[in-house]
Order: sequence, then structure tokens, then C-alpha cells
Amino acid sequence: MAAVIDPLIHTSPAPSLDQAFPDVVSIDAGGATVVQADRLLEVSRYLRDQMGYTYLANMTAVDYPDHLEAVYHLYPMKVIGNEPSQGLIIKAHATDKDDPVIPSVTSVWPGANFQEREVYDMYGIRFAGHPYLRRVLMWDGFEGWPLRKDYHEAYYEGDTKPFASRWPGGHHVRAEERARFARNVAYPRHWDPAKATSPDESLPVVDVSELNTIHTQKFVINMGPQHPSTHGVFRMQVTLDGETVVDVMPVIGYLHRNHEKIGERNMWLQNMPFTDRLDYFCSMGNNTGYALAVEKLMGVEPPERAEYIRVIMQEFTRVQNHLFGLGQFLSDLGAFFTPILYAIENRELILDLFEMTSGSRMMCNYMRFGGVAYDLPPEFMPLAHELAFERLPREIDELEEYLTANEILHSRTIGVGVLPAEAAIGLSISGPLLRASGVKYDIRRHQPYGIYDRFDFEIPTRPNGDLYDRYLIRVAEVRQSIRILQQAFNSLPDGPILAGRKAWQIRVPKGEAYGRVENPKGETGFFVVSDGTANPYRYHVRAPSFVNIQALREMSIGFKIADIVANLGSIDIVLGELDR
Amino acid sequence: MFGSGVLRGMLVTLRHFVETYTEDPRRVKARAATPNAVRQTPNDARGLFTVQYPEEKLAIPERFRFYPMLIVDGTTGQDWCTSCGICAKVCPPQCIWIVRGTQPNGKPKPEPEEFYLDTTICMQCGYCAEFCPFDAIKMNHDYELSAYERHESAIYNKEMLSVTTTFYARTHPRAWAEESAVRAEKEARDKAKAAPATPAPAPVAAAPAPGPAPTGAASTRP
Amino acid sequence: MADAPGNGQNGNSSQSYELRLMTEEEFMAEDAAPPGILVTTFSKLLDAVNPAYNWGRRYSMWPMQFGLACCAIEFISQAASRYDFDRFGWGLTRASPRQADVMIVSGTVTKKMLPQIVRLYNQMAEPKYVISMGCCANGGGPFKEGYNVVSGIDQFLPVDVYIPGCPPTPQAFLHGLMKLQEKVDAERVQDVAWYRRGQTEEIPVPILGPDLIDPRQVPELQVALKAAEAERKAADEAAKLAAAAALAPALAALAAGQAQAGQAQGPAPTTGAETLPSGKPKPISGKVAKAMRERGLTPGVDPIPADLLPPGAGQGD
Repeated sequence: MAAVIDPLIHTSPAPSLDQAFPDVVSIDAGGATVVQADRLLEVSRYLRDQMGYTYLANMTAVDYPDHLEAVYHLYPMKVIGNEPSQGLIIKAHATDKDDPVIPSVTSVWPGANFQEREVYDMYGIRFAGHPYLRRVLMWDGFEGWPLRKDYHEAYYEGDTKPFASRWPGGHHVRAEERARFARNVAYPRHWDPAKATSPDESLPVVDVSELNTIHTQKFVINMGPQHPSTHGVFRMQVTLDGETVVDVMPVIGYLHRNHEKIGERNMWLQNMPFTDRLDYFCSMGNNTGYALAVEKLMGVEPPERAEYIRVIMQEFTRVQNHLFGLGQFLSDLGAFFTPILYAIENRELILDLFEMTSGSRMMCNYMRFGGVAYDLPPEFMPLAHELAFERLPREIDELEEYLTANEILHSRTIGVGVLPAEAAIGLSISGPLLRASGVKYDIRRHQPYGIYDRFDFEIPTRPNGDLYDRYLIRVAEVRQSIRILQQAFNSLPDGPILAGRKAWQIRVPKGEAYGRVENPKGETGFFVVSDGTANPYRYHVRAPSFVNIQALREMSIGFKIADIVANLGSIDIVLGELDR
Repeated sequence: MFGSGVLRGMLVTLRHFVETYTEDPRRVKARAATPNAVRQTPNDARGLFTVQYPEEKLAIPERFRFYPMLIVDGTTGQDWCTSCGICAKVCPPQCIWIVRGTQPNGKPKPEPEEFYLDTTICMQCGYCAEFCPFDAIKMNHDYELSAYERHESAIYNKEMLSVTTTFYARTHPRAWAEESAVRAEKEARDKAKAAPATPAPAPVAAAPAPGPAPTGAASTRP
Repeated sequence: MADAPGNGQNGNSSQSYELRLMTEEEFMAEDAAPPGILVTTFSKLLDAVNPAYNWGRRYSMWPMQFGLACCAIEFISQAASRYDFDRFGWGLTRASPRQADVMIVSGTVTKKMLPQIVRLYNQMAEPKYVISMGCCANGGGPFKEGYNVVSGIDQFLPVDVYIPGCPPTPQAFLHGLMKLQEKVDAERVQDVAWYRRGQTEEIPVPILGPDLIDPRQVPELQVALKAAEAERKAADEAAKLAAAAALAPALAALAAGQAQAGQAQGPAPTTGAETLPSGKPKPISGKVAKAMRERGLTPGVDPIPADLLPPGAGQGD
């Protein structure tokens, strides 16, 4: 058994940035480090190699009136005991809005690849040196940079909600009737719709490989967006040599629902139900992440009972997500449909709890800034208790009984889809995927939020980073979640569930915050910028699926076509947050 | 032995199969206890897990939210909605349209003249009900709303949205009791304050006795 | 549909290969046949077949295995152990559109995904049905305002049943499923489109240009764009004239700024809001705004109707 890599430990602290690059960096009003754009690459290398910031958690941009700002959230993979690791925020400015250029950091942190493409797609910032800078969520040929503040979509009604047309003189009118031809859509000048064509989706030319004497051809096949194994509307272009995968290119954006654009128009509270629809398996976790980010800005802390309820909800979420994820994964391996049917039984029982507490099975909309929306109903406790102490442990044992020793599972998964630890860190992978590759990193432990520091649980890791490990890690995490649940039930206090009064008009002090939670799929982060008004100035979601999907190429190359499906299942993507 | 893992797995599925026939008859009685509504508890949910919709339905928890409904006083026929517009403002996808009523003298009347809810936009977040200061908009339990058409019928107007207090008390007995208590308390306070000056106003609504426990069957709109 | 009288009423019988014996009228005339002889129409005979025909179809619908968004998870939930739509004979989800009878549009339809959905629909064999599941598929849902969201799949596909909800609970889906079964049950083999030639046509696949383009609307869009272009030209010329008139340099700069603003807005027709020298649109008076709202117009966006313009503005009296 290979040794578990405990994250890279740095013993000698390197000189800080402003000492090493005195004339390159400056500190802005919010305390973030602003790096001169032309020296960004140099500083990034220093940060990674000398200071140990090997993990680029989040990368996005903000559109300010006079410049575009790229924001990078970095974390060291440095763990000494349980000491929380401090993050670092660096920023780079592009002042020319007509042709903004910032050097790409993909050579330093390969995980920036998709995130930079997203920023390019949304803001038009060109990342010099990016290996494949094309639109990622929208299609090639789409006109406009949607997240810029001057971009108005077809049904644009106003910069901020609430819209004045709803009350007091609110006569219902459909947006599509009001804007028949989408007046705000920027069609290019002298462009003829009759000659319009869809972007060229033809696949790369088949090339004859010069392998030995047999003439084999590499060919490209297209899986998705409608394909039973893609967990939704996900598409991949797979280049094959025989049955061996030579290259994989994920094509995404088929469920791009403009969360961030809508989020910047919404009031702070109005974003909460929209976060439900990101990772629609884990609405409780998304709610918490968003609440954490805004609570950071507001400086409120939820009362004790609310914190416990949040933990209970998040851990139930993790259990049901992992059970369902394992079921899906096994379906992808060909185990129709026993595992998923068994998993859904338990998931349904957990969803019952969500429904009786929050009112909805999936779209819970349960967290509020400074607490939770409702107290637990009286019938919750007996059922939840029964579930956490009796049924779930029994069911997870049963799952292991019928699967873990299964020889077919072994032969399909052991040694397949390997993702090495270094590659995983470089690609900014998070969640079970990272831990299955042997990196002991869990935000609940390493940057504890809420009251996770009070619970006694382990961070399971596996050494090999193959499919089987990813299966085992989820089983182990469910067991740990059950442990947390049991502890939480044993010490759930009474008391209020919300700090302050229920309010819908919330003003958030000026500033920016990044709230990150360990969601079942990985790090879900919410980056919010407030300008002191009732609406967020910037609302960005760092979605684990979006970043984790970059590992698909790494783990699939050299394996067979059938393994791609399994690899995808083991990443456990959900399209709602992949495309947002 | 190679293959023993597979065999053990198949034994588990066999056990489930057998349980379907041994456990289910035991539960049929428990199911019958609540007509049309099934409750499944974690340890009870063994064997056959299926709810035989539409013959039997799953019990709906009180907080369940589907589309909103407007509360109308069962005795006086008066809207509880004062057309303050909070629901329209707090609505995340902005799916509520309200025309505020006007009195003959031109002043706003605390009653909506028109109230629209676009059900093709509503995301059922429940904010309207949560933040309504008058308990006038609540979340309906009725989920059986499929239709062959949406252009005419999917925009709910005031008439379609309105339900009586009796209906609300029946579907949400617990919330109704709590809210009634709060209202009664507030009324008493107001009365105490206003007692010297004006005669006591007649109670706005006598709280109807909560009906039988919710059956789980989604009742139709009255 | 249900009240259509028998066969032969619509369509050219030489083109359609429906089996036709006689029309109702002919039958009525024949009704005076001597007693003891049973006279019937083929249509009436088929009515006897219909129950079995529909019973078979409604309990063996094969949905396409195809999920778009959150609703797809509820779809999976209702397909699984607890709700089990296999009880209705719908359990065999097919990954291939060629084998599917019903397409369940379960979730937000984005512009990027729409061409694929239309293609899939076109590939399905008749008889085919579409269930629109959830608010997003019904009419855009909470994401309707987004730039990549289609406001309702029914703009492109004929939808048979709309299931509201966000997402519809599994039981709500089953209710919609039964609604479709009812619809199927009401069909008559004499009337259905798929036994007639030329009754079904392919839906043109939308194009992803600068924005989503429905090929059926191209002429209309061309007109709109031409109008916008003319307007833009006029604005440009006005700006040029203003500059040529060598007015105060400040004014010239302002006009250029306006023209630029107009360009950034795309082909925006006049918004009706007059422009003040400060460059900001002149606020519309409350009365006018109210009257506009009553007509379903949005003040500041839609042009002000002529009769609402304050006297003296526009009309030179």
C-alpha cells in the first residue's frame, strides 16, 4: 500500500510577498494583494513554489466601472495538526476594457484552466498563454460578455430587484410578449439572420496513426449531451485509438442558467433559493455556503441550536448524496439498478426529513443569514434518530456486504482511472476525489466553519486514487457523517434558531467575502462582493463539479472507453452547478 | 473463493425480495390506519417500499410548499391581504403582480384589486408566506395541477389563489393554531390600549376549530 | 379532436391512405335501409377497437431517458422504488429517441441545449408525446430572465401535458403522467395524425448565432433588424449633422456619446423617454407611467403612446 501523502509541509517560511516583490504588489482597501498584471506569472510561481500555495481554490473576476479585476483564492495544502490554514487572495487588474489581457496561470495551477475559460466567456478577459481559450459555458459565436455590468439580456427589466412593475400597479405581462425580439440582444451590425449558422461542432479530423503495420485510425466520438451515462446534459468528445482513450474533452454549458447574472440582480436574501438549484442534491450545503459568505460580511453568528441544525442537515445531505452518487456510479459500471434503488430508499427517507423541516424535498431554501428558517418540527427527532442510529448504519453495512467484496466491482475498478495526488492538487480537485487520491484535506477540519471543530470524526483517505478508492472513500464518509449526526443529536441544545429578527431587506456592509464549505462533491465556495446596497455587486459560485471535471481527462487517458463512463460517475458531477 | 462476493451480494437481493412478501402484509394494516395517506418511518420502511399512488398517497407534512394561496376570511369574505406588496418585492423570480386597490377618494385601499401569480416562473421558495406580516399568503399543498394548457390557466389570478381560513386551518392545523394565538394576543393588546377611547371592535375572525388531522390527500382548491 | 365526426371530413382522401367507407352523411342516408340488415361505418367499427388500442398504448409508454436539470432528479425519484412508474408500464426508459414514445422535458431548457432537444424530438417516431415537467420547461421558470434560458419548451415543441412545480414532486409527476394517459385514452384511431400522410412535419432546428434564432422567425427578425439599422443610421447621421453644424464642442461630444450609448444598447428602438441635456432620460411623469402600465407597457422601455404624450410634445400645435 502506497503511503498516504500528507499535504506538503513547509518548515521554513518564505519571505512574504511584499518583501519578495516590493514594487510589484500592493495591498488594496480590502486587504487583498494586488499584483501587477504583467508580473502575475512570476508572483504565482513564487507563491506556489516558495510559499506553499499549491491549491488554487477559486478564480473569478469582477467588473468595476474602470477596470476588470481577476481574483484568485489560494490555499496552502499545509496541515500541521488541526491548525486552520490561512488563505491568500491575490488580484490582478485589466484596465483596458475593450481588450483586457491578463497572463494565464494555467502553467502554475492547471486547475485554473476551466475557471479562466469561464472568466473569458463571461467577461472577455483574454488570458495570455492559456492553452485553449474558448467559450466554455456559452457557444462560440455568442455575442457579448454576459457578466459585464453593461450587458443586458433580452428580458432585462432593471438593474436590481424588486422591479417597479410588480407593485402597486402590477398588471401581469409575459416577458416574451414585452420583448418579442429581445431588444437588448446585441446582434452584430449588417448581420443577416437568414445566413446564420450554428457554431461548427464538427469533430477534429480523423488521423491515421503511424503505429506499426496495421493501419489503425484514431477517431473521435461524441458522448452527450443526451447520453444515459452523462448524468444530465454533459458532453464529451473522446478521441479513441481502438478502444483506448487518447484524449477527452468535456464540453459543457448545456445547463448554463445564468445564476451569477441573476444573482447580481437579486437582493441578498433572494439568492438563497437560487443556491438550492446549483447542486440540487445538496441544497442544504449550498445554502450554508452562501449564508456563511454573507454572514462573514454582516458579522453575525448563528445561535447554537441553529449551528447544530445546520450540521445535522449538511450531514444528512452528505449521506443521501453519497448514497445516490454510489448508486449512479454503480449504474454506470453496469449494476442496473439494484444499488441505486436501494440507495434511493434511504435517500427518500432523508428527503422526508428535509420536507417536514423546510417544506421541500430538494429545494430546501432553509438557511437564513444568522440561522435557519424554521425550527425542527416535533416529529423530526424520532424519525431522524431512528435513521441515524439504526437504519443508516445498518444500510451502509448492507451496502458494503453486497458490494465491497464483489469481484466484478473489483475487476472494473481496481487500478482504473488513477488520479495521482500531485495532479489532483494541481487541478484544484476537492472533496472525496482529492481524498481518494491520498490528500488528507477537508475544509470541515482544516478551515472549520460553523461548529465542525466540536465533532469527533475522521477524514478518510485512500492511497491509490483509483475508482475503487473513490467508491470506498464515499462509503467511509457516509460512516463518518453518521458519526457526526449521532454526536449532534446527543448534544442538540434548545434555544433560538435565528440571530436577530427575520428580515427580508438586508443591507450588507461594503466588502467582499469568500465562504467555502465542504459539500459532498467538494469545495463549494461563494464569493460575494458588496457595495453596501441591498443587492450583491458580484456573486460568484465556485462549484466543485465545474473544477473537478477537469480531472476526467487526467484519469481517463490510457484507459478504455468503458472506463470513461465509470470515471465520470466516480467524479460525481451534477450539472446544475457544473454549468450554473 | 472467487465469486463468493458476487454470491453474497445476490443473497442480499434475495433477502430483499423475500422481505417484500413477508414484511409488506404486516404493514398493510398500518397503512390503512390513515386513509389515503402513507407514512413511512425508517425502520418500518422495509420490504415493499412503493406507495401505490394514486390509490394511496404519501402524507404531506404541514410545511410542504407548492404554489402560494391567498387567505380569505371564511366568515366575512374579506381578503386578509392588504396589498402591501412585500410578497411581490421579496419574490426572488418576481412572479407576483399586484394591483393595489384604490378607495373612491383616491387613497390606497388595503386590499388587492388584482393579484397574479405566474406559476411558470414561481420557484416555490416560500418567501411570500414567510415574510407576509398579515398571514395572508400561505403555501398550498395542492400539487396535482397538471394541465394540457398553460397560456391561459398558468397565470393564477386572485380568484384562483384565494382559499378560506377554514381551508387553511384544515391543511395547516399547527401553523393556524400558532398564528391564531399570536393574533389573539395582539388583538388583546390593541384592545387594552384602545379600550378607553373606542368600543372594542368585533373580533375579525373566529378561529375555526381545526379539522381532522391532514389526510395527506391534496385537497382541491375551494 | 374528440368531436370530429368520423373520417373523410378533413384532408384529401385521395392523398391520405386512411380506410374510408362512407361519411356520416352517407351513412345517415343509408340508415333508412330495410330492417334486418345491419349497416355500419368503418369509423364506428374502429370505435370498438379504440379502447384496446389506447389501453395498450397508455400502459406501454416508453419515455426517453433524458434529463435536463433538477426535475430530472425528481424524475429518477419517481422512477425508483418509492413511486415506481413502472406500475403504469412506463418503466422502460429508452436512451434512443427512435424507441421512445414520450419525451419528458425535465428541467430548464437552455438555448445551447435547445437544438439538441429539437433534433431528438424530430428523431422520435410517431406517435410521440411531450411532457413538460416543471416551471422551467413550462415557461422559463425562475431562470426565465437569464440570457441563456428558453422561456418554455412549447415555443418549439408541441407539449401535451404541463406539470407545474419547481420541481414537481414525484407524485405530481405521476399525476401528470395519468393526465397524459387520459389524453391518450381520448384519442381515436380514425383521427390520429400518424396514420395520415403529411400531417406531421419536422420542427426546424434552431440556430445558435449571436443569440438563439428560430428559423421560422427569420423574416420577422430581418424586418426588426432592418428597422433597427435604419434607426441607428438616422442616429449616426444626426450625430454627424450635429458635429458638422459646429455647435459648441461640448454638444458635439454629447451627441457622439449618445450615439455610442445607442450602439452599446444594440438595435434599441426609441424608448420614448426624451433625453435631457445631461444625457439622462427625462423621467416620465407618474400619470403617464401609470397609464402606460395599465396598458401593459413598461415606462421607460416602451414608447409612449401618442395620446398620452403631454400636449405640445411631439405634435407641433
